[in-house]
Amino acid sequence: MTDLLIKLIPLFPLLAVILNGLLGRRYSHETAHRLAWGSVGLSFLCTIAVFVDILQTGESHEVIAYQWIFGGDLTVNLAYLVDPLTCIMLLVVTGVGLLIHIYSVGYMHGESGFTRFFTYMNLFMVSMLLLVMGNNYVVLFIGWEGVGLCSYLLIGYYYEKVSAAKAASKAFVVNRIGDAGFLLAIFLIFVNFKTLDYTKVFAQVGQLSPEMATAIALCLLIGAVGKSAQLPLYTWLPDAMEGPTPVSALIHAATMVTAGVYMIVRNHAIFDLSPTVMTIVAVIGGLTALFAATIGLVQTDIKRVLAYSTVSQLGYMFLGCGIGAYTAATFHLMTHAFFKALLFLTAGSVIHALSGEQDIRKMGGLSSKIPWTHRLFLIGTVAIAGIPPLAGFWSKDEILAHAFTQHHYLLYAMAAVGALLTSFYMFRLLYLTFYGASRMDHHTEQHVHESPMVMIGPLMVLGVLSILGGFLGFPPEHGWLHRFLAPVAGLGGEHEVSTGLVLMLMMIATGIALLGWALAHYFYSVNLSAPDRLAAKFQAGYKILLNKYYVDELYDLVWVEPTKQLGRLLDWFDRTVIDGLVHGVARLADLAAAGSTWAEKYLIYGGLNVIGYGNHLAARQWRQLQSGMVHHYAAVIVAGIFLLAVIVQLIMQL
Amino acid sequence: MIPLSAYVAVSAVLFITGLLGVLIRRNFIIVLMSVEIMLNAANINLIAFSHYLESMAGQMAALFIIAIAAGEAAIGLAIIIVVFRGKISTNVDEMNFLKW
Repeated sequence: MTDLLIKLIPLFPLLAVILNGLLGRRYSHETAHRLAWGSVGLSFLCTIAVFVDILQTGESHEVIAYQWIFGGDLTVNLAYLVDPLTCIMLLVVTGVGLLIHIYSVGYMHGESGFTRFFTYMNLFMVSMLLLVMGNNYVVLFIGWEGVGLCSYLLIGYYYEKVSAAKAASKAFVVNRIGDAGFLLAIFLIFVNFKTLDYTKVFAQVGQLSPEMATAIALCLLIGAVGKSAQLPLYTWLPDAMEGPTPVSALIHAATMVTAGVYMIVRNHAIFDLSPTVMTIVAVIGGLTALFAATIGLVQTDIKRVLAYSTVSQLGYMFLGCGIGAYTAATFHLMTHAFFKALLFLTAGSVIHALSGEQDIRKMGGLSSKIPWTHRLFLIGTVAIAGIPPLAGFWSKDEILAHAFTQHHYLLYAMAAVGALLTSFYMFRLLYLTFYGASRMDHHTEQHVHESPMVMIGPLMVLGVLSILGGFLGFPPEHGWLHRFLAPVAGLGGEHEVSTGLVLMLMMIATGIALLGWALAHYFYSVNLSAPDRLAAKFQAGYKILLNKYYVDELYDLVWVEPTKQLGRLLDWFDRTVIDGLVHGVARLADLAAAGSTWAEKYLIYGGLNVIGYGNHLAARQWRQLQSGMVHHYAAVIVAGIFLLAVIVQLIMQL
Repeated sequence: MIPLSAYVAVSAVLFITGLLGVLIRRNFIIVLMSVEIMLNAANINLIAFSHYLESMAGQMAALFIIAIAAGEAAIGLAIIIVVFRGKISTNVDEMNFLKW
């Protein structure tokens, strides 16, 4: 029964993709969106049933849906592994996915590519489900590439916009770099283990040499860094905000970008073997958390602030993975999915209310005009800033506490400063958007309206989850989530930490978050001229942050331009040398053909004509023999008989 | 008792007569008759050797030839009539339309 349900989970959205993709034009938008969110809803129900089953029995399920490739050493099945980790991911993906699908019905209302949008979204759900459910690396990779494709399609949803098309290509190309690393990791795993199934690989992981483990983990890390937008491959995520807001919420905040974290947690058996790579993971995570947060401080596009915040929060998850706190990382992944989806969707609601305006410099004073959006955005902000008892506090604090208690003080400092910045820029966003005087132009202000219930409803559910989600991991280190994930992710650092220290760290984290709030309050509510003065004072630093450390420009200079130059060089080489050769050969062939035509015309045909004409002449002579007169023939016959008789006679005499 | 050579000699004379008739005469009907003479020369030869060799095969062959000669005469005469209708002539020299 459970096995059947597991097989059904990715099947429903797939069915919706096929129906909407092939027949979507034939029926109304209503039918299309009902199919889309209905299928995700059915998947969600199946997921809950599977979850309840696993909760009761406590055993994981391995289901082979289809035997796909077999021969020699290689056996690859389209098979699913549903264990506690997959279960959490499934709940997040289908649950948040369902809410975002419902929200999209309102948000995308009246868009021209309505059915196309939902087809892509469902395709994304299929891919993401394959990604988290696969029991081997090939299925994981299919999902991995599938979500990349859907990300590309949905970023480029407004493909008439040049910036959207470029952002889509950028996301795709940058992800390719990571995917190459991931592929190499898969190859290495197959070479070493002769199998690609998780359970078999992890069972014999102990035989790996430390060097090989490092190589595999490093390649996996490259894949994770690309997909989860970590340094140095994070540049695509902020640009990905060109897509519709529900896409940013679903793909570029809640689910796809966390695939890298999922992959590391899933493969922690390999990562655990290589302390070097673990350190790299932690350092990348810490640096990204801090780095992206600083850029977030000065951005003025509401979605881009959230995008940098996503990069930064993913950095926390990587940091958690890097110090072995896999449960904490998964916990943060889950709470982040709740509050970041909430933030993105409320931001979408703001954009919706302002008829497409995304620049926070042209907002302000919206709290009274769109009260529900304001309340929900406030919940999201408090949750991500890490103020107890909302969700973000528990998960982020757990990662911070792990870093501190395992004596990674530098990482702890980075993460703490990152947390301060996070709190500051999120409250800055809140103040600039909802409080203070309105900076909207008159026309926009006239049309401000609260979003319809179909959008606010899912937001309320996400709001409740953002408030209560943290209690799944309460009390820290021994919460329900930790016990549930223990069979997969281990219990993390198995050493006793005094309650006093834990409480003190919590106090510090809360203090940091409140300090960020206070600073934002001072800058954007009390002393409104302070930000400009500060920016003027530290002009160089401000400019660097505003231009995102010139990383895009640097990449352009170091990679993109040389690649273009190389392309031009190759183009020149192709045009002059290769094409020259080809043309030369063609000209030679042309000449040879002309020669052979001449030879055929004058030599061969001449010879043949001589033979033909000779025959003609000879025939004219020979036909004289044929007089047509019977007695001539008779005479010849008689003469022949005599001749024959004479010859016979002569032969007989011999 | 007439010796075999006498029969063969008569047969040869008849055959030569027929042959010359075929080659020399221009009247189609006479040519046809000459062919009959040649066939009968062959018949005499066959029957003579049949008697000499005391085998009935020769006489059987002669009977066959008589039958075939009858058929041949019928077809030949039919051809003569058809040609005569077209050409108003039984002269073999004018019948050269077998050539191209």
